[in-house]
Amino acid sequence: MSEAASELRPVTDYVKLPANGEPYLEGHKCGNCGTVFIGARHVCSKCFARDKMEAVKLPNKGKLYSYTIVYRSFPGVEVPFVSAVVDIEGGGTVKGNLINIEPDPAKIKMGMDVDVVFKDAGRTDKQGNHYISYFFQPAA
Amino acid sequence: MSKDDVYVIGTDMIKFGRFPDRTVPDLGAEAALLALDDAGLGIKDMQALYCGNLFQASGMVGQRILHQIGQTGIPVVNTANACATGATAFREGWIAIKAGLYDLVLAVGVEQMGRGLLGGGGSDKGIPTEGLLGSGTMPTVFAELGMEHHKKHGTSFEQFAKVAVKNHHHSTMNDKAMYQKETPLEEVMGAEMISYPNTKLMCSVNVDGSAAAVLCSEKKVKELGLMDRAIKVRASALTSDPFTDRDLVMPDFSTCTRMAAQQAYEMAGVGPEDLDLVELHDCFATAEILHYENLGLCKDGEAGKMIDTGATALGGKIPVNVSGGLLSKGHPLGATGIANVYEIVTHLRGKAGKRQVEGARMGMTHVVGMGNAAAIHILEKP
Ligand SMILES: [Zn+2]
Repeated sequence: MSEAASELRPVTDYVKLPANGEPYLEGHKCGNCGTVFIGARHVCSKCFARDKMEAVKLPNKGKLYSYTIVYRSFPGVEVPFVSAVVDIEGGGTVKGNLINIEPDPAKIKMGMDVDVVFKDAGRTDKQGNHYISYFFQPAA
Repeated sequence: MSKDDVYVIGTDMIKFGRFPDRTVPDLGAEAALLALDDAGLGIKDMQALYCGNLFQASGMVGQRILHQIGQTGIPVVNTANACATGATAFREGWIAIKAGLYDLVLAVGVEQMGRGLLGGGGSDKGIPTEGLLGSGTMPTVFAELGMEHHKKHGTSFEQFAKVAVKNHHHSTMNDKAMYQKETPLEEVMGAEMISYPNTKLMCSVNVDGSAAAVLCSEKKVKELGLMDRAIKVRASALTSDPFTDRDLVMPDFSTCTRMAAQQAYEMAGVGPEDLDLVELHDCFATAEILHYENLGLCKDGEAGKMIDTGATALGGKIPVNVSGGLLSKGHPLGATGIANVYEIVTHLRGKAGKRQVEGARMGMTHVVGMGNAAAIHILEKP
């Protein structure tokens, strides 16, 4: 198959795959109040400033804010997995799977440091394209 | 705005259940006729219809209800506001009477639900992200909020589970609830885990249902001689979600609820200590715990203790969800807000049978939709 038929794509639009360099999460920071949003926008919904948004590269570090262990999901989704809400260092909050940890409330510590890592999502679309996703794992 | 108060003079709901062979307008029409009967009035007396339905929001449900019960040509407004849909329809009727436009309006809430998990649909391009970028299902959203409460205040799995024990117990006294079955603590905690700490018995039930209410101006209540069965709407509040940290990934059901509660208490000139019962949005057991604090029923951090002491059970200081709540009565999204009104009105009239809150004079209804819309009404026996 040609390269075009198995293009590598980001799992969601705030995952960036630069031609040269490592994948990263993108935030949009308000130049007026400093709030970091996930997803592009023109107006800050916190301070209402217009056209002050600037795309920023988010660091691959954060803290676990909250989580749950999911035992029932949609058909075909492997369970259990840890759905985690992570505050990224410097601002912005992202939800994702927390991996490389036992799905057990006794093992998962609120506030723990996590790293953001990128790898193949393990799922392809109908055209056979592969996707790069982000995951959280306990900080190295 | 009229200084005169607005009253509920008729209200009813159908027994919630699963009715795959019926239509949405058919279910809505049944509740509408029941509420009109309760008021002793007919559709010809109604000056407007406010109809709440979510899943057929583009389907002109209100007009199709009139096709079944009488095409009088009155204005119809169809509302959609997630789980606040029914309460929004009720409130629109209240607003119209307050504005002095009408003296008598009908509010109907109706929903036909599919089964299974809500939310987590994700986007239609690329690959499905459920289970890849965490989970977007409703049980997960409310599990993560429960875990946030656990982190801040130490609330335990057992305390969350006690909410389900209580509400399922309440439903055994409500023959309009989907279920009427006791669920002891071990059974709740031992049920299939959906999203920790919410087990299957701690998730609301997807059911079909409808409820309706007739709202009336003070002048008209007196004219009709219905004051003995009228219940006064002391406050109506609706909020959307202000910006809060994390609300893009953790829908914030608390802030909009707190704002609505404050506005409602202010409008009624009362406080939480004046309430005799509350029907609040227990879409998941974890949610009820959060809302004790959000509605000011206890101080922040004391909700776990509140469920432990039995204060929110029938016979307690401030009974919550004596109908069985969404956990047991069922949660037909668009109907829920008006079914809550039916429950409170029934208690204030002293007609709630075995589950009657003794001497109830004032009650509150609360719903919250997707963390984006909170609606609260305070009702009082005049
Ligand atoms: Zn800003």
